[in-house]
Amino acid sequence: MRRFLYLIEKEFKHIFRDKFMPKLIFVIPIIQLLILPWAADFEVKNINIEILDRDMSSLSRRLCLKISASEYFTATFSSGSYEDSLWKIERGQTDMILEIPHGFESDLIKHKGSQVLLGVNAINGLKGGMGTSYANDIISDFCSEMALRNFPDSKPFNVEVLADYRFNPYLNSKAFIVPAIVVFLFSLIGGILAALNIVGEKELGTMEQMNVAPISKTMFIASKLLPVWILGMLILTIGMAIAYLVYGLLPKGSFLIVYVFAAVYLTAFTAFGLIISNISSSAQQAILTFLFFILIFLLMSGIFTPIDSMPHWAQNITICNPIRYMVEVMRSIYLKGGTFEDLQSQFYIICVFTLLLNIYAVVSFKRNVN
Amino acid sequence: MLNNIITVSGVSKFYAGASGRVPALVDVSFDVPQGCIFGLIGPDGAGKTTTFRIIATLMLPDCGEVTVSGLSAKRDYREIRRFIGYMPGRFSLYQDLSVQENLEFFARIFGVKIGDNLGLIEGIYSQLEPFKNRLAGRLSGGMKQKLALCCALIHCPRLLLLDEPTTGVDPVSRQELWEILGAMRSKGISVLVSTPYMDEAMNCDKMAFISKGKILKTGSPQNIIDSFPQQVYRVRGPDAFRLLKFLRGLPCVRSAYSFGDSCHVCVKSTSDIGDVKRLLARDVGPGIKVEEFSASLEDCFIRLAQNDDN
Repeated sequence: MRRFLYLIEKEFKHIFRDKFMPKLIFVIPIIQLLILPWAADFEVKNINIEILDRDMSSLSRRLCLKISASEYFTATFSSGSYEDSLWKIERGQTDMILEIPHGFESDLIKHKGSQVLLGVNAINGLKGGMGTSYANDIISDFCSEMALRNFPDSKPFNVEVLADYRFNPYLNSKAFIVPAIVVFLFSLIGGILAALNIVGEKELGTMEQMNVAPISKTMFIASKLLPVWILGMLILTIGMAIAYLVYGLLPKGSFLIVYVFAAVYLTAFTAFGLIISNISSSAQQAILTFLFFILIFLLMSGIFTPIDSMPHWAQNITICNPIRYMVEVMRSIYLKGGTFEDLQSQFYIICVFTLLLNIYAVVSFKRNVN
Repeated sequence: MLNNIITVSGVSKFYAGASGRVPALVDVSFDVPQGCIFGLIGPDGAGKTTTFRIIATLMLPDCGEVTVSGLSAKRDYREIRRFIGYMPGRFSLYQDLSVQENLEFFARIFGVKIGDNLGLIEGIYSQLEPFKNRLAGRLSGGMKQKLALCCALIHCPRLLLLDEPTTGVDPVSRQELWEILGAMRSKGISVLVSTPYMDEAMNCDKMAFISKGKILKTGSPQNIIDSFPQQVYRVRGPDAFRLLKFLRGLPCVRSAYSFGDSCHVCVKSTSDIGDVKRLLARDVGPGIKVEEFSASLEDCFIRLAQNDDN
């Protein structure tokens, strides 16, 4: 047991004596957590819309005003041709065109109906789709307002949809993305430190000396795993602190459950890093292998794109992705106040990962160079 | 009490190479007697490090048997690791730990304190002490080797395995290292050491020549020199390369090879040396000196390696 402590002490000395390592471990996650949630924001704002108002009536002007007042749109007005505006879309100077035809007001009043033309750049599907839906909302809102104002007696068939947004009432995408990014960050740091660890000793030649020392395989692996695990938990804590201080997010569920899950999950993920370290013969190889996996894990974890909207085969791949389960757990605890009972199935799956990966980490560690 | 601390019998080892299996050791057998310095002498790539790794229980031979202190290197590796001190050819201590931290770490791993075996390492440790807070990576080559030796000795091993401890070390430190090994022997520690330098072999009690994975000869250095069957002549002249070419072209010359700034020559029969002298005087010119020379270990090695090639 005392030997184990000496080994751990040595590992920490390695980490903190390195000039770059502490920066990598602490500064980089903090910066990422400050930047990434803003970049990974799914709300589409600042859509450039060019309005061609051919009618120039008071009603058309009111519609224009309504659109330019929306926080989603940045409106410009033009009296040029539709083709001119289309050319602007092609050059990326604007995202949407709204053409209000001549006679819009009179048509509305006489025939109780008119048409407007919406031209949308759909290269960025998300932006195009969201823009169209925002514009539709505004226009239909405008229509019902007009109807009410001009024909207060007639009661048009009017259905108003009241959305009740559960768990994230203000549709704050940060509340969704930040807990997931915390998971990603502590996986990344834990995994990468583990992946570089044993291979580093191989590269330096110190492995040979350790191999003849009377230390068991399991103890050696554990001494590699534990320091990285501690640092990972520290990153998790820092991440949750930033989530609160910067984004005002606290888990609705208990901290205890967060830590219980993270503790088990991190044991699995650091073991995964150690396996890479075991099978690699150079740090370069280890980093590239780790990068290959972490990118797939990241994109298939549901952090950025919902797993439910992936094709079936891709959904099956995510079953083998440990990050996926921890992201589910973290979001559930943060947003829904998930309890242990709610998350039982994830817990067992993570336990299986932990068990298998750790066994393989010990087995794949080869003492005898052949 | 066992007579031999190490027995190696019939060991072969192959590596997977680009063109099939490359032999690293071929039917290697030798014994290291208790309490002596045994040198494994051979050029780079001869199989020295492979032999060390097998004895240090880091590698299993493809065939053959190795015992250390009567224990099988294959089965009882755990026990063997407790009483051997292994110093690999490549510096293998933690460069980001200080001298003191390295020593403490290895002592603790073996469950001892630095003070426990101070008598053993005192001589080296006193040289290291002025640098004890320096990071191991910043030490000079000689100091690194002394530190590595210190770490290998910290748990008072019965057997020291030193793989090329003097490679890349200046002549003064080399001499010091050999003196330390002598001191270890007097304290009852058996030493197996490898080196590519023939002149160092004279410090060993027993030695084995190894080349291309084969043991060429085993014995004490003096025995090996004494068993050299012929008189060696040293030939010196102004143009050593031309001289060598000329000597090799003579039918009565058995072997000729350059040795420093001179050539060493063996002739087929003792009477032939007169012919050689005459031909040299006639065809190469004056200023060529031919003198009798006592064979060195290097002469022995070259002859053994040549015989093996033929």
